[in-house]
Amino acid sequence: MAEKVFGRPESLADIPTHYCPGCHHGIIHRLVAEVIDELKVMDKTIGIASVGCSVLAYDYFNVDMVQAAHGRAPAVATGVKRVHPDGVVFTYQGDGDIAAIGTAEVVHAAARGERITTIFVNNAIYGMTGGQMAPTSLVNQVTTTSPYGRKLESAGMPIRLTEMLATLDGAKYLARVAVNTPANMAKAKAAIKKAFETQIAGLGFSMVEVLSTCPTNWGMTPIEAAAWMEKNMMPYYPLGTYRSGEEAAK
Amino acid sequence: MAEKILMKGNEAIGEAAVVAGCRHYFGYPITPQSELIEYMAKRLPQVNGVFLQAESEISAINMVYGAAAAGCRVMTSSSSPGISLKQEGISYIAGSQLPCVIVNMQRGGPGLGSIQPGQADYFQATKGGGHGDYRNIVLAPNSVQEMADITIDAFDLADKWRNAVMILGDGALGQMMEPVEFKESSAKPPEKPWAATGLHGRKTHNVINSLFLQPDLMENHNHVLQAKYAQIQATETRWESLQTEDADIVVVAYGITSRIAQTAIGKARAAGVKVGILRPITLWPFPSKPLVDLCSTAKAFIVFEMSAGQMIEDVKLAVNGACPVYFHGRTGGMLPTPKELYENIMNVARGEGGK
Repeated sequence: MAEKVFGRPESLADIPTHYCPGCHHGIIHRLVAEVIDELKVMDKTIGIASVGCSVLAYDYFNVDMVQAAHGRAPAVATGVKRVHPDGVVFTYQGDGDIAAIGTAEVVHAAARGERITTIFVNNAIYGMTGGQMAPTSLVNQVTTTSPYGRKLESAGMPIRLTEMLATLDGAKYLARVAVNTPANMAKAKAAIKKAFETQIAGLGFSMVEVLSTCPTNWGMTPIEAAAWMEKNMMPYYPLGTYRSGEEAAK
Repeated sequence: MAEKILMKGNEAIGEAAVVAGCRHYFGYPITPQSELIEYMAKRLPQVNGVFLQAESEISAINMVYGAAAAGCRVMTSSSSPGISLKQEGISYIAGSQLPCVIVNMQRGGPGLGSIQPGQADYFQATKGGGHGDYRNIVLAPNSVQEMADITIDAFDLADKWRNAVMILGDGALGQMMEPVEFKESSAKPPEKPWAATGLHGRKTHNVINSLFLQPDLMENHNHVLQAKYAQIQATETRWESLQTEDADIVVVAYGITSRIAQTAIGKARAAGVKVGILRPITLWPFPSKPLVDLCSTAKAFIVFEMSAGQMIEDVKLAVNGACPVYFHGRTGGMLPTPKELYENIMNVARGEGGK
């Protein structure tokens, strides 16, 4: 009898996504779904979709979902979690959503030690609206609203959100990962799992930042985009664990 | 029968919310509603409820959105500038058809305005406020007892219609003290099979959402909303008539100004002028029908507001030219006196028109 060694996670809907070829959202969705399955929490998980390319995430996960206004996902997640403290609540947000319009919401959710998990997909650009400059766009990066490149003098340096949140005691697990190679995918999945476990253990806020490509708006092939990310994003956004839950409270 | 106690309007709303089964409150401090957020901070932990002081009104309304999506009875409160910040969330609540109660203890505006009572948020409350075609049910109590009773009704109405209900008060109503009793609420919150609770064995996932990328589906959703609003208009409109049967002049006023008007019409009646009050209790749906009916007996209306003239537009739409509609209002947090309205009534009675 044939043994099934690979299949679609139960938490991932069996429908085609709208994501562009070479975009990393599909991989990240799958890793989140695999973690939900492995932790056996599908029945009590509530996801919060944000505004941006991942807005339709509410169609892609087979769990109860709430669509939030731009940047407000951590506040919406707070409302959901306070009603269902035994539930598992995650937000799925892009860089514009979380590091520009929603900065206050994520900072205060982390400061409160809100028992939610945030998946933060950083592709250094606004994808859904057609490639505008993001708070995480790199210096000199050309976008539709920085056609001459992001200028340090007027736009400042890109925000490293994970490092910012690492100053807050309520944030109990923070990591930055990537999904550009099979080895990195395995590390990313382990980080996502650890983040969900941090929530389930009731320890506090957890977030995994996932570096991601946007071949369409970067104007590259998927392979070029992966190489560009490794060459340009990874030096400025180092991968690693920024809070592991083992830090002593200050 | 419950005991009567002396309470501020803001506190009465808080206690009534607890009586109505509200166990989740999210807010941000602002004058003149701070007694309400403070009351909830003290009271909710006593009943195993959740009180959370958010980092902004924007976050507070989005926490309300999440908690309502998760299926519970939930409330937030603020005052004019804070309610402006909540409009984005209120539009999403309307689009996603989530039940919740929002309290606005209005103050003078625009901008940072003043901290004294105002009624200049009427347009914002009744005409939408946020983006898109939507309506909130807007309730306007005029006493501390009615604030308590209407708060309990507000939660029932919100659940019945899956709609936001706004209690539109003002700084005077929120801070004045009157005796109040709390009756047991007989209404039980309905089951919410649509809520995002986690599957717990359910086969299809629940999605709380206001996005419809296909315009025909978006229009269908708008048709659903408009049909609901039409039903609310047909069944939930409330008003109070005071001495309007023989009135030549009808003062139209809601909330605190309707209390001031009571004193003014008493004095005008003593001077021989037949004057009454039509008090809208629901500002949306607006009680147009009683105004239309009054056109056959009344000779003039005076709309009396703490604004530069907002509700008067709905009165004029209802009256539709059948009678003259005059206006008397104060703005900026200035509380009008009964005397100024009395003088206005006497001017209209003498055929000299209003201000």
